[in-house]
This record gives sequence, structure tokens and C-alpha cells, in this order.
Amino acid sequence: MVGRKSLLKRILIVDVPMLLILTFTLGPYLWMLLTSLTSESRLFTEGPSLVGATLENYVRLFATVGFLTNLMHSFIIAAGTVVVGLSLSVTAAYSFSRFSFRGKRYLLLQFLIINMFPVVLLILPLFVMMRVLGILDTHLALIIANATVAIPFSVWMMTSYMNGIPKSLDEAAMTDGCTRLGALWRVVLPLCTPGIIATGIYIFITAWNEYLYALTLGGRNVRPITVAIQTLIGEYEVEWGLLTSGGIIGAMPATILFLIVQKRLISGLTQGAVKG
Amino acid sequence: MLTMNEPADRLPGRAALARKVLPYALLSPAVLVTLAIVFFPMIQAAWMSLHDYILWKPKDFTFVGLKNFTAALQDEVFWISLRHTIIWIAVTIPAQLLLGLATALLLNQQFPWRPLARALIIIPWALPSVVIALMWVWIYDANYGILNEFMLRLGLIKASVPWLADPDTALYAIILTLTWQGFPFFAVMILAGLQSIPKSYYEAASLDGAGALRQFWHITLPGISGVLVTAVLLRTIWVANSIDVIYVMTGGGPGYATYTLPLYAFIKARTNLDFGYGSSLAVLFTLMLLGLVIVYLRRAGRSVN
Repeated sequence: MVGRKSLLKRILIVDVPMLLILTFTLGPYLWMLLTSLTSESRLFTEGPSLVGATLENYVRLFATVGFLTNLMHSFIIAAGTVVVGLSLSVTAAYSFSRFSFRGKRYLLLQFLIINMFPVVLLILPLFVMMRVLGILDTHLALIIANATVAIPFSVWMMTSYMNGIPKSLDEAAMTDGCTRLGALWRVVLPLCTPGIIATGIYIFITAWNEYLYALTLGGRNVRPITVAIQTLIGEYEVEWGLLTSGGIIGAMPATILFLIVQKRLISGLTQGAVKG
Repeated sequence: MLTMNEPADRLPGRAALARKVLPYALLSPAVLVTLAIVFFPMIQAAWMSLHDYILWKPKDFTFVGLKNFTAALQDEVFWISLRHTIIWIAVTIPAQLLLGLATALLLNQQFPWRPLARALIIIPWALPSVVIALMWVWIYDANYGILNEFMLRLGLIKASVPWLADPDTALYAIILTLTWQGFPFFAVMILAGLQSIPKSYYEAASLDGAGALRQFWHITLPGISGVLVTAVLLRTIWVANSIDVIYVMTGGGPGYATYTLPLYAFIKARTNLDFGYGSSLAVLFTLMLLGLVIVYLRRAGRSVN
């Protein structure tokens, strides 16, 4: 009897409120999904519904709007940003995690401060700079712009992962004849692989989702998915079936990747905050 | 440990030098690149803000001193945008915080589907802001939006409201969207803080007869206060900076109803191509944020050491 009473209590004060919050969280997304599965002709007469669900919006999206090219552009930019972000930050993170040297604190904080500045402060000079260099509207331009976010983030994440690997392992490798960089390459990096993957995936998601740089520094030849979706909103103003299917497709890679790595990522992200 | 920090002077000259230089050499790629693509452009932005610089008149780059800044202070739109920025932060952050705190407290309880709930709660965080804007525009749609239908059925409103086209509701409609997008971050951060509080504290408190409310006040809140402050600072900076959702949802309109300061700077440069004035707005806004950034860095700097 006591057991049933406490179960009821738990359902009332935990399960029900949790369910409400989850409804609020997932509702808009599910509503978008439902709309995208409703045919355009039924949408305004009967409203979105699962009855008579169809993929015709998705077919039309790829057939008429040419979404595949946009997906390709987004992929190139996001993958490029991952490569740049990770490769530049690995040695930096190793340096932060293994050595103590003059100015270390300021250099570390320097990486932290970058992400605090308003995007708009960076977007204007980057536009002018890239116009002078003649790289506006190229993949390179957007990779550079996304790297402004990716490098500092990656340095912080990798430093925290490397701090978790005992220094005695590098020393053992160096007594066995490895050089410093050899120890980094053969011992520390392999142990960091899960952390590197999580960081890489997070960079990928951020670059994939990025919109303002893509709009300002790209746009004509290089048109990532986010810009394409925004253009859709302008062009197909009332065709919500088509628009929402574009939204679902655009969000898909990031959502799936995020669900895969969320556990590791969150522990990495919150570590610093809890200590602070 | 000892071998790692071996005093440099005991080693022969070249090795000592190499050891001293190595940390900086390893850092240099990342540092040099950020100097080139972040710090140099920022200085350039400050430099541009002191000039008359309109992009379609590229030869015209005249030094005008602080003219852009004094013009901003007399610009009515500047003050409107500043007011919206303050409302924007003052409503969004507490809303995200309270919802995030409630979510974290719930996720910290024992129930069978907790892992699932924890994974699903962060989905808004992973979505592109353009998609978020798109789906909320659809929800707010004046004719077919589900929000209007929902509220009409409940009898909360008598006629459909054009949420995003009405200057009185547009800003708050976007604030709700941003709350939705950002509260999972609070939930996750606070949850991590909650889990770092030792269970024995609660056991001791309940032995002493403290009820749930007093336990929350005397154990939970002090236990997560550090996380709360950090999360609020980070989010405030982030929310203040965030313009992509507004830009896609309303573009600042109707009229100036959803202009915030960074959005105004962006629109000035993007539509009017007035990079001089746009930069000066961006610089002004950055200076206003700087106080918060310094407080945050102080805290972060302590945890680094």
C-alpha cells in the first residue's frame, strides 16, 4: 500500500511535470515533422495530420529546389572546419595540459574570450578583409569564419580531455626513447580519441548550423543549407509543407550526431562550469 | 611530476632552450591563426568605426574621429534597440533559468525513463537557428498557426493574433522562442551541479528533520550557486549576442519592434552597407558587454589555476 502511494506521488510530482516540459521541448519539432508529412493540398483544409501521410513534400524539395547542392556545400564547410579546428588545437591543448610556462593563464583566457565577442563585431571586418583577399563566396571563406568559433572551443575541450590522461604515461614513453612529440602522437592522442571525436562532432554541428557568416560571406556560389532554408521562407511563403520538410532535412545531420555524442559532450562541456 | 618540471638550468644549453621554447612553439599555430582571424579583424572593426565608410563608395574612407559614436547617441533607433536589448535579456534569462532549474531538479529524481528524458531535452540546442526560426514562424502563423488555434479553443483569445506582425507581441513571441532554445543549456549545467552535491548532506538534513523546502534552500541552492552564476553570465552574453533567430523570424520588424543593438549594427552594414556606422554600433555594444565578460573571465581564471 505504501509502495503504491509513493509511486502515485512520484508520478504526480516527477513524471507528469517532466512530461509537460518534454511536450514543450519536442512539441514544436514534432509539429514541424507532422506538417512536412502532410500534403500541401490537405494542409490548409484539414490541417496537419498523420492520416494520409506522404513524402511528396520531400520529393518536391529535392526535385525543384536543388537541396542536394546545398547539403554538399554545408558538408564541405563543416568538414573543413573540423579539420582546421582539430589540427590547430591538438598541439596547443597538449602544451596547456603538460607544461607550465610564463603567460599560460593569459593565453588560455585569450581563447576563452574569443567566443564572448559579438558575432557582428567580427562579421563586418571579416567581410571587408575577405573582399580585399578576393575569397568572398568560397568554401575557404566560410571555413575561416567558422574556425573563429571552432579553434577556441576545441582548444578548451581538448585541454580538459588531455588533463584527464596521466602525465606518467608520456614520461614512460619518453624513457622508452620517444621524443616529446612522439609521446603526444603515439600515447596521448590515441587515448584522447573519444574526446577528439566528440569535439570534432560538436564543431561539425556548430558549423553546419551556422547562419550569419554563411549569409554574409557566402550566398551566391556557396550556399549552405541554412541560407537555402531562409531563402525558401522568402520564396515559398505559404507552402508550409515544403518549408517544414526543408527544416527537417536541414536539422537532420546535426540532430542525429548530437544524440549520438550527447553524453560525452555534456560531461566535457559542464566540467569547467562545475569547477568554476 | 618531478621529471616534467625539471629545472631547466640543469640541462645542457640547447636542451634547456628547447624546453623553454617548446610550449610556445606548440601553441603558436593556434595563437597565430586566432590573431589573424579574430584579433586583427576586431582592431580593424574599431578602426572602421572611426571612419566614414560606405561599401559602395570604396574610395571614400575618411577619418571622422568619434563622429559615428556621437551620431549613434543621438540616433533614436539606437535607443529603441538598446531598450529592446535590455528587455530581451531581462526576460529571456530568468525564463530560461527557472525552466532550466525546474527541469534539472526533475531530471535529478529517480524515474525509469530518466536517460531518455535527459537525451531528448537537449534537442532544441542541436537544431540550426534557421530551422528553429522557421518552425516558430509556422507556430505563430496568423491564419493557420497552431498557437492561435490552441488559444482560440481554450478561449484565451477571441480572434487570431498575428503574433509576429503585431509590434506589441513580436518581441515577446521571439523571446519565447529563444527561451525554448536556451533552457536546455541551463538544465544540463544545473543538473551537473546537482549531481556534484554529496547525498550524505541530504541524509543528514532529513535526519535532523529538515523538510524538502528547507533542504532545497540550505543545501541545494548553495551547492549549485557557482554553476548558476557561471551559467547566467555565459547565457547573458550569448543571448545578448544572438541575432540569427530574430533576423530570420522578423528581420527586426514590424518597424523597429524587434531591433536589438547587435541586430541594428548588422542591418546597418548589411542593407545600408554603412560599415563605418555599423562598426561603431558593434563597438559600442561590445563595450557594454565588456563588464559581464570581465566578471566571467575572473571566475574562469580562478578555476584555471
